[in-house]
Amino acid sequence: MAATNPTPSEFIRHHLTNLTYGQHPDGSWGLAESAQQAADMGMMAFHVDSLFWSLVLGVTFLWVFRSVAKKATAGEPGMMQNFVEWIVEFIDDNVRGSFRAKNDLVAPMALTLFCWIFLMNFMDLLPVEVLPRAAEFFFGLHFQKIVPSTDPNITFGLGLSVFGLMLYYSLKIKGPIGFAAELTMHPFEAKNPLLKVLFIPVNFFLEFVSLISKPISHSLRLFGNMYAGEMIFILISIMFSSLSAWILVGGALQFVWAVFHILIITLQAFIFMVLTIVYMDMAHDNHAH
Amino acid sequence: MNLNLTMLVQAGFFFLFVWFSKVYVWTPLISALNERKTKIADGLAAAEKGQAAEEEARKEAEQVIAEAKNQASQIIANAEKRGGVVVEEAKATASSEKERIIASAQAEVEQDVHKARESLRTQVSSIAVAAAGKIAAKEIDESAHADLLQDLVQQLES
Repeated sequence: MAATNPTPSEFIRHHLTNLTYGQHPDGSWGLAESAQQAADMGMMAFHVDSLFWSLVLGVTFLWVFRSVAKKATAGEPGMMQNFVEWIVEFIDDNVRGSFRAKNDLVAPMALTLFCWIFLMNFMDLLPVEVLPRAAEFFFGLHFQKIVPSTDPNITFGLGLSVFGLMLYYSLKIKGPIGFAAELTMHPFEAKNPLLKVLFIPVNFFLEFVSLISKPISHSLRLFGNMYAGEMIFILISIMFSSLSAWILVGGALQFVWAVFHILIITLQAFIFMVLTIVYMDMAHDNHAH
Repeated sequence: MNLNLTMLVQAGFFFLFVWFSKVYVWTPLISALNERKTKIADGLAAAEKGQAAEEEARKEAEQVIAEAKNQASQIIANAEKRGGVVVEEAKATASSEKERIIASAQAEVEQDVHKARESLRTQVSSIAVAAAGKIAAKEIDESAHADLLQDLVQQLES
């Protein structure tokens, strides 16, 4: 952050810019020094901060769960094992409730998504300025967005991966013809062959839109909620950094929004997980047409 | 909203994490949970079985105790009866012994009396003879009057 006091719009823009490593228009690779440079990199860029925090949080989750799983006994569980088992059983219940087919990948995937997204969302509860300032102070990094789920790249990375798995299992379970039939024989059905053929483009259009909307809504829902939440934190922090008289009000608002946000981050992680389970169930739902 | 290669890397993380979570986290945890479930079920079944066995043992013990009580009371009754019989027997023996002793004592007494009477009679007869001898020394011939004397002795005997 610049030494001089930034205007609110500078402050917001600063907080919404990722630490970007990518190819400059002149062909050389490096960190972007400004939001403009980052935008100029286009597709050939990586959001180092998002990926770093996403990786750290994912590894944290796996490390904690792995250390429990390694010592997991069928006997009396310890405190940590109790906690982990509680989460595992919660996920298991959800998967059993919505996923009717048999696939051993779905439950671990739901667990990973829920915990990982929860942790990524949780970064939102850390005071907005703390980690970016620390990153600037210790490493001289100009930009730092610490909530990976406010980065659409992260949510689309997850949502499209789930979509990919959904397509994969749809093709695997229903076969190419079954999958194509699912896309073209609904929602308008007819006995008459001619009518059937006429309905194919209409059906395909409707079904295709609904298919494509799945990963987009899946990813954007998480991104939108977290982005909006983060934005409110930024606005509140602008409020009391502009005038010290606002500190009490700002602090109270910050607290209230943080408490409310605990609900949102959990809920969004849960929704993402449940939708994943439901999409996987649809992919496995092989009812002959 | 600038989409870029971040997405691909994130997708890579995703598949890596899901694979790791499936192999090293989910499988051992779920198997531990299932194992505990069966353990608890076994434990509950065993407890139920133990309870049933205990109930049975208790019933059996009650039966044994009742039998023992029954037997004991029977034994006591028998003993009482037997005691009565023994006492009766002892009484009978004692009374017959008493009678026997009394009878023998009576017989002895009678014998003594008889003996005394006999000796007395002999003495009386000899005294009488002596007296009679003295009185009739001169006028009575002992042999002539033997019949008379004998008569006298017989009278004394009776």
